Amino acid sequence: MNKLILGRYFPGNSLIHHLDPRAKLVAAIAFILIAFLAGNVPGLVLLWLFTFLAMALSGVGFRIYLRGVRPLIWLILFTVLLQILFISGGRTYVEWGPFTVSSFGIETAVFIFSRFVTIIFFTTVVTLTTRPVDLTDGLTFLMRPLRLFHVPVDELSMMVSIALRFIPNLLDETQKIMDAQRARGAVFGEGSLFHQMKVLVPIFLPLFASSLNRGEELANVMDVRGYRAEARRSSFRQLHWRGRDTISMLALLALAAGLAALNLLA
Amino acid sequence: MEIKLSGVTADYQIGPIRSPLVLDHINLTVASGSFTAVVGPTGAGKSSLMKVLNGLILPEEGQAVIGQLVVRKGADKKTLKAVRKRVGLVFQFPESQIFAETVEKDICFGPLNFGATAEEACTIAADVIGQVGLDRTFLSKSPFSLSGGQKRRVAIAGILACRPDILLLDEPCAGLDPDGQSEILNLLTRWNRDYGMTIVLVTHDMDRVARYAQQAVVLVKGKIVFHDSVRRLFTDPARLKDWDLDLPEARRFQLKLEKHSGVALPGVCLTEEELAEALIKVGRV
Repeated sequence: MNKLILGRYFPGNSLIHHLDPRAKLVAAIAFILIAFLAGNVPGLVLLWLFTFLAMALSGVGFRIYLRGVRPLIWLILFTVLLQILFISGGRTYVEWGPFTVSSFGIETAVFIFSRFVTIIFFTTVVTLTTRPVDLTDGLTFLMRPLRLFHVPVDELSMMVSIALRFIPNLLDETQKIMDAQRARGAVFGEGSLFHQMKVLVPIFLPLFASSLNRGEELANVMDVRGYRAEARRSSFRQLHWRGRDTISMLALLALAAGLAALNLLA
Repeated sequence: MEIKLSGVTADYQIGPIRSPLVLDHINLTVASGSFTAVVGPTGAGKSSLMKVLNGLILPEEGQAVIGQLVVRKGADKKTLKAVRKRVGLVFQFPESQIFAETVEKDICFGPLNFGATAEEACTIAADVIGQVGLDRTFLSKSPFSLSGGQKRRVAIAGILACRPDILLLDEPCAGLDPDGQSEILNLLTRWNRDYGMTIVLVTHDMDRVARYAQQAVVLVKGKIVFHDSVRRLFTDPARLKDWDLDLPEARRFQLKLEKHSGVALPGVCLTEEELAEALIKVGRV
């Protein structure tokens, strides 16, 4: 459970930590699109270099990023395997029934793998270096135009920030309850699938109970402090767009332009 | 059952952040049948010490010997299970581990995990519910309908049901009213006295330490700086200040009185009763 780094903030003082959350959010979304621009090997190399640069600048150890990929590794490998086995074309190395291993398939697999992993790495850079509250502030700002269509943007962002805020608590609590049940002789991750599911009951029931309680307490506290859903709220933390944020956006633009140019050259 | 730690070092990992050396080469022997209080400032490694004794954290270096069982790095699952059977660990706010729809089922969880039959577990449940001072009508109730103090006792009953020889408790009184606190501690004293159960108690409350424990262990920054009788612990107030620890009220009163009146009371008074007796004695002279 401790291995999960989703939604965990890694305190630090790096350049990336100090970027405006709006810049980082836009960067993350843009990067997902840009990753698909890499259409040939030099483009792929550029994509990896850019990702590693962002990771290095974040000041968070490489091993932490690897941990971020780990929960998804089977999905990635499965996709890669599908590409290798089912895409034909180019030089064929092995042919066996419906399966073919071809140069074209391997190439596609490398591309898919690279896109997957760079996207995960890059978005992990953003989530690791941005406090959840800042992330929601950024998100709220970016969703502002939706107000025109009567989307309850502020309420949504409040919900998201509460949900994000309690992820670490929930994980820590899960760990604590698992330890407590272990102390009573429970063994996790052993036996048949059915048995493994059964032993989760003593974890999830207390977890649900405490989450519901906490939700109710939180609602009461918010009421007491005068929270009203429909009220216009000002923000305690003001976001400031600085020069470095513009530079980071330009860097992304340069990456996109570079990939596009490499595509045209090839 | 005796506990013997030799050169135990442990790290603690929460999320991505690893704190090294929460326990720093700990040597500790807790005698069988003793009642020991573990005190120390927050973050001193008290909870980690408890987890090592229960095999939930394995030592990086050194080993913990519990009776015949050895907990060390790479200990196998069978040993750990045996350790957990012998050593009951009551976590802080243990009521958060309650999950079953009836009190009885929750209490039976431990014994069933440790290989008791359903019938045996029910017998044990009926037995331990009495030991924590609740009657048998509670067995069929939903644990979520109980009061805070009752829930706490049900949770402790769930640990007792595993029939441990050693009971570790991490702040068992936190969040209970004074009556509830005394009740839990009186129960502990009784088990210690009547069944010879070895009890290790983590607490912040020096009055409780003074009244209930025999031995005291002071843990500061992962190191044991004191291990002796409770009376010795409270003899020298200057040392306690260094460790960020309070004095029990009676002892504090005694020291102030001695300072202002210049009269020295005989001995170190740990409780109001001892203080009263000492005052009477001095008054007669």
